Amino acid sequence: MTEMSGAKAIIKALEKQKVDVIFGILGGAVLSIYDHFRNSEIRHILCRHEQGAAHAAEGYARASGKPGVCMATSGPGATNLVTGIANAYMDSVPIIAITGQVPTTSKNTTYMIGRDSFQEADIVGITTPITKYNYQLKSAAEIPGTVKKAFHIATTGRPGPVLIDVPKNLQTEVAEMNFSNKIRIKGYKPKTNPHPLQIDRAVKLLITAEKPIILSGGGVIISNASHELLKTAETLIAPVATSFMGKGSVPENHPLSVGSIGMHGNPAANKLLCEADVVLAVGTRFSDRSTGTIDTFCSKAQKIHIDIDAAEIGKNIEVNVPIVADAKKALREINHRLIIQLKNRKESSWANRVKETKQQLNKPPNKSESNLKPKAILHELRKILPNDAIVATEVGQNQMWSALYFNILKPRTFISSGGLGTMGFGFPASIGAKVACPNRPVVDIAGDGSFRMTEQELATSVTEDIPVIVIVLNNSVLGMVAQWQRFFFKGRYAAVKLGSSPDFVKLAEAYGAQGLRATSLKEFKKAVKQALKSDVTTVIDIPISEEENVVPMVLPGCGIGEQVGDY
Amino acid sequence: MQNSTKVIAAIVENKPGVLHSIANMFRRRGYNIESITVGHTEKKGLARMTITLNGDNKTIEQVVKQMNKLIDVVKVSYLEKENIVTRELALVKIKVIDAKTRSDAINCVEVFRGRVVDVSPETLTVEITGTSDKIDAFVNLMRTYGIMELARTGLTALSRGVKSIRIID
Repeated sequence: MTEMSGAKAIIKALEKQKVDVIFGILGGAVLSIYDHFRNSEIRHILCRHEQGAAHAAEGYARASGKPGVCMATSGPGATNLVTGIANAYMDSVPIIAITGQVPTTSKNTTYMIGRDSFQEADIVGITTPITKYNYQLKSAAEIPGTVKKAFHIATTGRPGPVLIDVPKNLQTEVAEMNFSNKIRIKGYKPKTNPHPLQIDRAVKLLITAEKPIILSGGGVIISNASHELLKTAETLIAPVATSFMGKGSVPENHPLSVGSIGMHGNPAANKLLCEADVVLAVGTRFSDRSTGTIDTFCSKAQKIHIDIDAAEIGKNIEVNVPIVADAKKALREINHRLIIQLKNRKESSWANRVKETKQQLNKPPNKSESNLKPKAILHELRKILPNDAIVATEVGQNQMWSALYFNILKPRTFISSGGLGTMGFGFPASIGAKVACPNRPVVDIAGDGSFRMTEQELATSVTEDIPVIVIVLNNSVLGMVAQWQRFFFKGRYAAVKLGSSPDFVKLAEAYGAQGLRATSLKEFKKAVKQALKSDVTTVIDIPISEEENVVPMVLPGCGIGEQVGDY
Repeated sequence: MQNSTKVIAAIVENKPGVLHSIANMFRRRGYNIESITVGHTEKKGLARMTITLNGDNKTIEQVVKQMNKLIDVVKVSYLEKENIVTRELALVKIKVIDAKTRSDAINCVEVFRGRVVDVSPETLTVEITGTSDKIDAFVNLMRTYGIMELARTGLTALSRGVKSIRIID
């Protein structure tokens, strides 16, 4: 037990959790905490907007597998974190958000919270539905235990964001702090071991399947189960389709990988999933963008669903074999039995069907076409970037093109806002990823619309010396909604034209970053190579056609087998 | 699958914000609470909630799972109607215009094994306990006299026999 202030205890508790970086913006209600950063090894990265701080913490968490931490002051500081917290919640990413709060007491009043004090917002109330859990501290002595619990909750089971709201007076309150107490949370015991009977049932189904397919979700990446999943696939000789969030859970250049499913999924993945007789779904929640219409989704197949979150099983899709467990543990159990029974399995006609479908549906970019097509750009980018480069995306067409045409070869190298679809996520997330992996190139594949939503973080990346590469596929419109207006509103454009403002090269330069423009594939390759050598953030502006569509596409209200448009 | 009123019991942490997070989850996912009762349990720091809601089995299964996900919910169970005892308490303030209606009303109260807990020249306040059906029947009967005010607690329930929802330390 040692006596110290609440602010010091927060820093110390974070250090005990091995936090090495915090993304944040200070303000009146967190001044005391910030005062203690100078005595700490923890690096504080000053962002330019709290949303950027939350996204950066998420990018850090997704690239490193460790929890990300962001910090903001009370009121608007806290509410600005909300989008980032909601994003982390939807994509099951462990982030810890620490917010200042108005004091619980002051000289003049017995209670400040609840009196609509200056910069007061009920952030605990606001974030209840978008956090895995949240705390408002009532005394300084709670700090060590609460921080420990917050990290435990955020990082175990199905990960997610946890918020700790710290009233200002508790930061200066001195109390006896105990950092070695064991924590106990009565209502929280995530189940990670699979039920052996369900494993038996799953194995039986898989062995007898004629056309098995694996659907690998983000849970496989979270659980670091890529190796096990690939083993399952290779033993069964089953193709692996991924959800959008599962992209990168298997190397997409692997012969059994068929790409991601869904509205803008790879046509081979969508088609093979429809033909399969047994689906092994791992760590995926069958989101509406993945499944298309529910009643036609894999309607011929028996389904095995592994998920650590029991509430995901049966939520969207009825399954035959439910397995509530950690993906890695469940797959190990399955593999153990499969390998004994399927030693030296020969390729069946299904394996040929997989090869044939891939060949038929996945055409390389057309060389004769105008060379500034997104498909060609992304193919070139893949050739230039090393396998372990981290790619973030914004949201919209840039994101779906990346899903379709950019092969991800390693887990945790694809960082994109899947569930919430947050425009402006990719750039700050790429800054966070770069902080986590400073020796690897980090690229944000952006659109001009999305990039502008958090572009002010260019200042963060330049002043904090966190060089990333932003590739702006610049079509001067809010591309995805423009596409929907073309498809579903007879081309009546409303509020989608962005025009030619700003000049992204000049914008980058104004921030002290490097700005490059590429008007041909050749210039693009040159620009990327130059950016990779640069030790400052580079924005590469590539003008593309305003009319460009993302196809293939599953139209709303259709099954994923009914894609329109060619890959 | 048929919609009917189902009973869920939960042991929850007895601290501020718990009711908010549970109610919020119900609202967000579109489940409609019919009644909710909360009170202390035999264990310090834990409260018991009895929630009734209308839905089919699949919905109830999801509700139970979603409640389980909440950190402050320690344990949650769906209580099958056949294996539980349920009670509800109501206080009913009845208008009595004269001595005859008063004695008529008191007769009814006795038939329903209620208790008169307050009397004024124009009113009679009755406490009645029982299953929700019994209270419905009593309330309907009292409408003939005129109900001035009605307060129902909502249903609370326990499993029959040795089966129980307990938290063992």
